[in-house]
Amino acid sequence: MIEMWQYDFIRHAMLAGSALAIVAGLIGYFVVARRLIFTSDVLSHVAFPGALIAIILGVNPLLGVFGFALLTALGMGTLAGKTRANDVTTGTLLAWVLGIGVLFLSIYASGSSGANSSAGINVLFGSLFGIHAREAWVVAIVGLLTTIVLLSIARPLLFASLDPAVAASRGVPVRLLNIVFLILLAITIAEAVQAVGALLLFALLITPAAIARRLVARPFTGMFLSALLSLLFTWAGITLAYYFPYPVSFCLTALVFVAYVSVVVVQRVLRQRIYQRRARPAHAPA
Amino acid sequence: MTMPTSALTLLLQPSWNPVETLRMLLSYHFMQNAFLAGTFIALLAGPVGYFMVLRGQSFLGHALAHVGFAGAAGAVWLGISPVVGLLVFGALAALGIGALGERGGRLSVESDIAIGTVLVFSLSLGLLFIRLASSYAANIYAFLFGTVLGIRDRDVVVIAVMAALGLLVLAVIARPLLFVSVDPEVAAARGVPVRLLAYAFLLLLALSVAVAVQVIGVLLIFALLVTPAATAQQLTTRPALGIVLSTSLALIVIWLGLSVAYFTDYPVGFVVTTIAFVFFLLARARRGWRANAWRPARIARAGGVR
Repeated sequence: MIEMWQYDFIRHAMLAGSALAIVAGLIGYFVVARRLIFTSDVLSHVAFPGALIAIILGVNPLLGVFGFALLTALGMGTLAGKTRANDVTTGTLLAWVLGIGVLFLSIYASGSSGANSSAGINVLFGSLFGIHAREAWVVAIVGLLTTIVLLSIARPLLFASLDPAVAASRGVPVRLLNIVFLILLAITIAEAVQAVGALLLFALLITPAAIARRLVARPFTGMFLSALLSLLFTWAGITLAYYFPYPVSFCLTALVFVAYVSVVVVQRVLRQRIYQRRARPAHAPA
Repeated sequence: MTMPTSALTLLLQPSWNPVETLRMLLSYHFMQNAFLAGTFIALLAGPVGYFMVLRGQSFLGHALAHVGFAGAAGAVWLGISPVVGLLVFGALAALGIGALGERGGRLSVESDIAIGTVLVFSLSLGLLFIRLASSYAANIYAFLFGTVLGIRDRDVVVIAVMAALGLLVLAVIARPLLFVSVDPEVAAARGVPVRLLAYAFLLLLALSVAVAVQVIGVLLIFALLVTPAATAQQLTTRPALGIVLSTSLALIVIWLGLSVAYFTDYPVGFVVTTIAFVFFLLARARRGWRANAWRPARIARAGGVR
């Protein structure tokens, strides 16, 4: 266990991974509570054309990813109108955004002669082990700032997420909070996708929060449990990937997947038992 | 994937004579195959997509398209036919999502989480398979974005058979499925097998995606499933008309897309999704305008109701 810490790439992966895990775990709790799972999936796909257009234009990919994520978030807001962004609108927009990605990919591939197509693959799958010291620190600092902002608006945001109508009537600026939340989500996705890929981010965003919500009903406890779980998954994933010849994102997502399935199954079995115990006296002959 | 088109654009210009243009489009065997495969896929994707959108399962369709990635990569690693990998993985994922996210025959709120989790896991499995098979990045791209212009004769036959099979199954379950999709409670009360239908549709969706994904890619199959159906829903609330509209739109979109991509430098995926999206926006605008026409303010401005 100790000898893996002597490698720089492990230390950088741990730094960036931990920062990301905390942010993703916290923000993921709201994503699940607000049912924005499909939306956040779309935002992480948007990173693909965003990064490509930035590479084509020769600017920082982070800028492209962030810009595109914000534009899409706004687009979804506009198309959905006054109602909540629905499934169909989100899907339709996603299809088109991916189409734009193909266009940029073809420009990118034909523009740079003999270009290796690994840049795009990196955006999709990333590699926590390939992260540089500077990137790792950027991820850590952005993660810290996002966490601070999120925690400072956590209370009203939670209120607005769980019951928007009552929150609005109590004077909570629901609209403003929605926008701030989407911006925070876009920032998190943009920096994470850039550093570790859309896949890893999505694994840490949704499932730890879902597990936490299944385990505890109290929102703040749930939020911190979600962050803690996602931190533990990240550490375990990195350690596993160090000892086994599998990609780190595979180790991490496999752990997350197994944990989620076990929680669901165990809860179902327990619930069934409780029903049976309750049902028995009723069916028992008098 | 753009190479054949960009090489040909130097030689080809669309003619104003439609017959001449059609002859040019179909003069190459790969274009004939692309049109045939595209037609069969659109014929299946139109109706299946209509039900997908009606049931609010776009995210599921999107996820299943990605799951295919793992299936195909796994098949490459094991050295078996990609179709087998796609079908097996698609079916497993569909059943898994159903088992994790279903509550009483309906995909509940929990389903989005189940879909997301399965989606991420299968993507990372796909990544693992690719590492194990040590394939090139280019192969991933071919899969993600399809190789519409590289469809073989055998693929066309497979697609035609699978599409026919899918349509047959859909035709059998269409009526009860519609009932269940529109009003699950009443349907359940009337003795319609809600759960069975939910799982049957999950498998059908997985099959449609598996058939299409290997030739037209993750991107295009999703675009053909969701956008024409969404457009049709904007235009009509009648189910039969909606299915016909959705299928026609899917056909028009894929034909137009292939033609435009053939004569220009743009990739098929981009052209198809853009045309489909424009149709969607137009349908939305029409609906918005019509809804606006009946607003009290407008009626008052026009002199009130006489």
